[in-house]
Amino acid sequence: MALTAADVARLGELARIRLTDEELARLAPQLDVILQSVARVTEVAGADVPPTSHALPLTNVFREDVVTPSLARDAVLAAAPAVEDGRFRVPRILAEDA
Amino acid sequence: MSADLLDFDEALAAYDPVLGLEVHVELNTASKMFCGCANAFGGEPNTQTCPVCLGLPGSLPVVNGKAIESAIRIGLALNCSIASWCRFARKNYFYPDMTKDFQTSQYDEPIAHDGWIDLEVDGETYRIEIERAHMEEDAGKLVHAGGSSGRIGDAEYSLVDYNRAGTPLVEIVTRPITGTGAKAPQVAKAYVSFLRDLMLSLGVSDVRMEQGSLRCDANVSLMPKGATQFGLRTETKNVNSLRSVERALTYEIQRQAALLSSGGRVHQETRHWHEEGYTTPGRSKEQAEDYRYFPEPDLVPVAPPREWVEQLRGTLPELPNVRRERLQAAWGYTDLEMQDAVNAGALDVIEATVSAGATPQSARKWWLTELARRANEAGVDLAALAITPAQVAEVQALVDAGTVNDKLARQVIDGVLAGEGSPADVVAARGLAVVSDDGALSAAVDAAIAANPDVAARIRDGKLQAAGALIGAVMKDMRGQADAGRVRELILQKLG
Ligand SMILES: [Zn+2]
Repeated sequence: MALTAADVARLGELARIRLTDEELARLAPQLDVILQSVARVTEVAGADVPPTSHALPLTNVFREDVVTPSLARDAVLAAAPAVEDGRFRVPRILAEDA
Repeated sequence: MSADLLDFDEALAAYDPVLGLEVHVELNTASKMFCGCANAFGGEPNTQTCPVCLGLPGSLPVVNGKAIESAIRIGLALNCSIASWCRFARKNYFYPDMTKDFQTSQYDEPIAHDGWIDLEVDGETYRIEIERAHMEEDAGKLVHAGGSSGRIGDAEYSLVDYNRAGTPLVEIVTRPITGTGAKAPQVAKAYVSFLRDLMLSLGVSDVRMEQGSLRCDANVSLMPKGATQFGLRTETKNVNSLRSVERALTYEIQRQAALLSSGGRVHQETRHWHEEGYTTPGRSKEQAEDYRYFPEPDLVPVAPPREWVEQLRGTLPELPNVRRERLQAAWGYTDLEMQDAVNAGALDVIEATVSAGATPQSARKWWLTELARRANEAGVDLAALAITPAQVAEVQALVDAGTVNDKLARQVIDGVLAGEGSPADVVAARGLAVVSDDGALSAAVDAAIAANPDVAARIRDGKLQAAGALIGAVMKDMRGQADAGRVRELILQKLG
């Protein structure tokens, strides 16, 4: 099942990446090659090999519930494009609820 | 602003509601879910953040073990199975309340699943099935600024505080709840109330709805009576009190019924509850959202050892409803008396007062009248009053022994609350004991009879209810320090 330009346009939308028609035409076949390569790995792995989500064979890595110092607010806000009342100031968001 | 509504009874005559409730519980851990920032409400904006909860590149989250423990205990208390192995997942979305552009949550592997609870509403038992209870992190808080109305549609910009971003949440999701009929709004309210009490007794959350540490999204749909195919549902958010849960669902049932009965259709959408008593549409859910969930690669799976789960099962407290039934049976309270005690948050203090020797009725009387009034005036909980349950039991013992009457007992309580020592200390220091010397009482009764000859004549004529006026005169003369029962006996002896 080949990846279509429409599929890539939808993914671009979800990732908030605007793509031109020319980019879609170029990227769709390239991404398709990557997907097909991964699909071949799936074929090689038998049904008894579960998909890998983590490279390390570890579970239950927990931290003690202890408070550690936070960053100074000035440092936090220094990277913000705009600040008001100690808060990040962002453009209003349309078509979403609070 | 209000939509067309069908009368509630008419709506229920034609349609069966189906409920679905999603409750978010903010855990009261000391630190956040994946970093060591403080998990505390009300701090100055953006003072409780670090590279992890700000999602800065290169930062790595580590799970708070205490949050896992709380989530497992919640799952066990809801009769859920606890996953032997589960992962966190990234829920991708773009909104400025999360700097990472994803929320760390759980997707198809919740830590707890397939549970149930039984709720009693108006003598009827409803089985609520729990689909899942999963762990996730909370988002930051937005304030919409500028514009005239304060509503987001009019806002010119938004201000973000990330103190809450990354605090631990457990989301509890029910399966569709059918068969509640006209009781649907009450059942929903009782369910949220049950969860609130349960979280308190587990000690895992502050569950302050007004502060958002317990939040409910209420789903409801209607289907024609007798149908089995569910209708399209709405999900109402911003339901921030128990009363609002009931009101918002009542409103949505009436609104949807009006739409359906006039041949319209319900839009599957998110709606926003307004305390003025109506809902407004939010985001449309016609197109299923695509959050592109995938396993969180930065967090290793959680595989709670069975021994740990069993050990946590052993820490579960008696469930609040079970405890209530036990106490009501032991104390012999009527349903109304029990409800009053529960509403006043008085179960603990009454229980302690009874175990200190008071009868259940006297314990109830003191805590729910005199002491409830003092607590109310001081704006504190009953347990925060400067009198212990043992001291309340002692006050009652003084009354039972005839050392003080009810009126003097209230002065004893004044003294204890004012820090004058134990009830016995206060009686001694203030000279509050009733006069049990019959000679002094007898003289006071004689004086009252002499001063009120017409009243005395009526009592002689058999109008015993007139004795109240004489008792009042004697008590006044004795400055309250007399046993009213004994005074009455003396009056009737002398005039009998
Ligand atoms: Zn942090």
